Amino acid sequence: MKGFATWGAMALMLAVMTGCGEKASTDKAADKTAPGGLTIGFSQIGSESGWRAAETKLARSEAEKRGITLKVSDAQQQQANQIKAVRSFIAQGVDAILLAPVISSGWDEVLGEAKAANIPVVLLDRLIDTADPSLYLSSVTSDTVEEGRVAGRWLAEKLAGRDCRVVELQGTIGASLVANRKKGFEEGIAGPGNIQIVRTQSGDFTRAKGKEVMEGFIKAEAPGSICAVYAHNDDMMIGAIQAMKEAGLKPGSDILAVSIDGVPDIFKAMADGDANATVELTPNMAGPAYDMLTAYKKDGTVPPKWVQTPSTLYLPDTAAAEYERRKDLY
Amino acid sequence: MRLDARTLPLLITVGVFILLYAACAVQFPAMLGTRVIGNLLTDNAFLGVLAVGMTFVILSGGIDLSVGAVMGFTTVALAVMIEGAGLHPLVAFTIVLAGGALFGCGVGAAIHWLKAPPFIVTLTAMFLARGAALLLSTDSIPVRHGFYQTLSGLSLSLPGGGRLGLIALLMLLAFLAGGVLLHFTRAGLKVYALGGNSRFAGLMGIDTGRTTILVYGFSSTMAGLAGIIFSLYTRSGYALTGVGVELDAIAAVVIGGTLLSGGVGGMAGSLIGVLIQGLILTWITFDGSLSSWWTKIAIGMLLFIFIGLQRLILHFSAPTGRTG
Repeated sequence: MKGFATWGAMALMLAVMTGCGEKASTDKAADKTAPGGLTIGFSQIGSESGWRAAETKLARSEAEKRGITLKVSDAQQQQANQIKAVRSFIAQGVDAILLAPVISSGWDEVLGEAKAANIPVVLLDRLIDTADPSLYLSSVTSDTVEEGRVAGRWLAEKLAGRDCRVVELQGTIGASLVANRKKGFEEGIAGPGNIQIVRTQSGDFTRAKGKEVMEGFIKAEAPGSICAVYAHNDDMMIGAIQAMKEAGLKPGSDILAVSIDGVPDIFKAMADGDANATVELTPNMAGPAYDMLTAYKKDGTVPPKWVQTPSTLYLPDTAAAEYERRKDLY
Repeated sequence: MRLDARTLPLLITVGVFILLYAACAVQFPAMLGTRVIGNLLTDNAFLGVLAVGMTFVILSGGIDLSVGAVMGFTTVALAVMIEGAGLHPLVAFTIVLAGGALFGCGVGAAIHWLKAPPFIVTLTAMFLARGAALLLSTDSIPVRHGFYQTLSGLSLSLPGGGRLGLIALLMLLAFLAGGVLLHFTRAGLKVYALGGNSRFAGLMGIDTGRTTILVYGFSSTMAGLAGIIFSLYTRSGYALTGVGVELDAIAAVVIGGTLLSGGVGGMAGSLIGVLIQGLILTWITFDGSLSSWWTKIAIGMLLFIFIGLQRLILHFSAPTGRTG
């Protein structure tokens, strides 16, 4: 009886050992493929959205292109996991660390350790709240005001002076991203005053809420009086497109549709003629970070504190090709 | 040492930990460094402190789902008191610990007097605490008090570049105190008696109500301490801190050889249970190609194996094993 339990325990331990052992041999093989290349640790927030999954995927493929060994740790939305991951990367002696911080505060201690160990840290797609900016080497993020501005400018050019009543689908209230995208758009349409935002409401960045809010807008406004809709992200726009179709309107021609992010589904909608423009928030944040880190390691070139990713405008003419290019990423 | 229902699970846990560490060290020699050992203890300090309280609760035959939320609430409350109201951190610490104790005693009283299942009462407490935390603030609030910076910077340097933070020492102290309380005092004995069979414990003249209230009070106090530790760890307060961490604490206790039905187990195993979880995560981070969700799968499998093993041991070590 006692023997049985002991044997069970030994079998369990054996299983644990062989499990680790197998992994060891494959890992050594992987190390050989990148002789002399950098080893970089990437602490990712999680995989909560298609965009973030694409960011991780691109981080891996861009690393492979450059012969960089990338170690990715998914923090499952928990800051504690991110701190653990950064500490593990330091203990492992990686050459650099990429961090996409889940919240803005609470990084001083662990980034201080990275600094003490002489490991440069680059922030990806979000910034941190710290009194000591020397804790990180650089940051790669998009300019969220610029995104709104690009969308606004496109609408202004498209209208060429005609009067237009715009409805706006905001993201989740309180996020700085939302305030920035709103501000940028308002700057983009400013000028002769022919474009007016007549209604604005939060669609929480989701399709379902985007549809619901758009239905409300259509009911509230006189028929035919809405000339364009601006959504803070593509998902809300896809919901809004559905609402317009159900109300018997033709999105893309009756009502112009412009949004931000550049997810595959909006390219599909543009190819089908249901949407008019999107501003891409590129998921390739790691690529520019690798380039600056390689240069920094090679000859000590200190990169700028903030590297801005381009906010590219995409229109229906290239939508079909762009959809093909992206559908596997997301 | 005789192998029985009490010592065998602990020995297996220790064995698994040592083998796991050895296997990982073979693959990544850096794992043997004091840096990793220091990290293991420092990074899991809050989880360890939660596990100390949870060991008492589970041994008494209960469960406490509120600890993660109480920890989250504590981090926000500390940030609000120190940054917003300008209280000295030590005053704030005292307030949250006392508040945690009171809250837990209330939970324990509800369980005892309402004769409600601990699962439901602590679930209610979890919602209460999490909701209250979000009500205080939905943002993450940095704590910039000078004393805080000093405290969170305090650490014992280990040879080889490793550091054992103040919070790691606090956790080890909590385990030591918890172990003494559990294994060497009458109060600890009462907890075992309550978990073994609460009706008999009552008949034997143990005040089950008082013991229940104190057990949950202790657990919430530990959750408050974990909140202090987490707050020092990140130097900030955030309402969504520690979502789901109560389950990690329960897992640590069970992997540590404590029976979920109560009455059998001990404090030392829970520490190893915490370290095993930390080790798996460290290994996955070192590897860097696996999804870190594998941690959850590995913990799940370990739990399953341990629960199966406990059943077997209980079955084969009858008749004494039944009552623990």
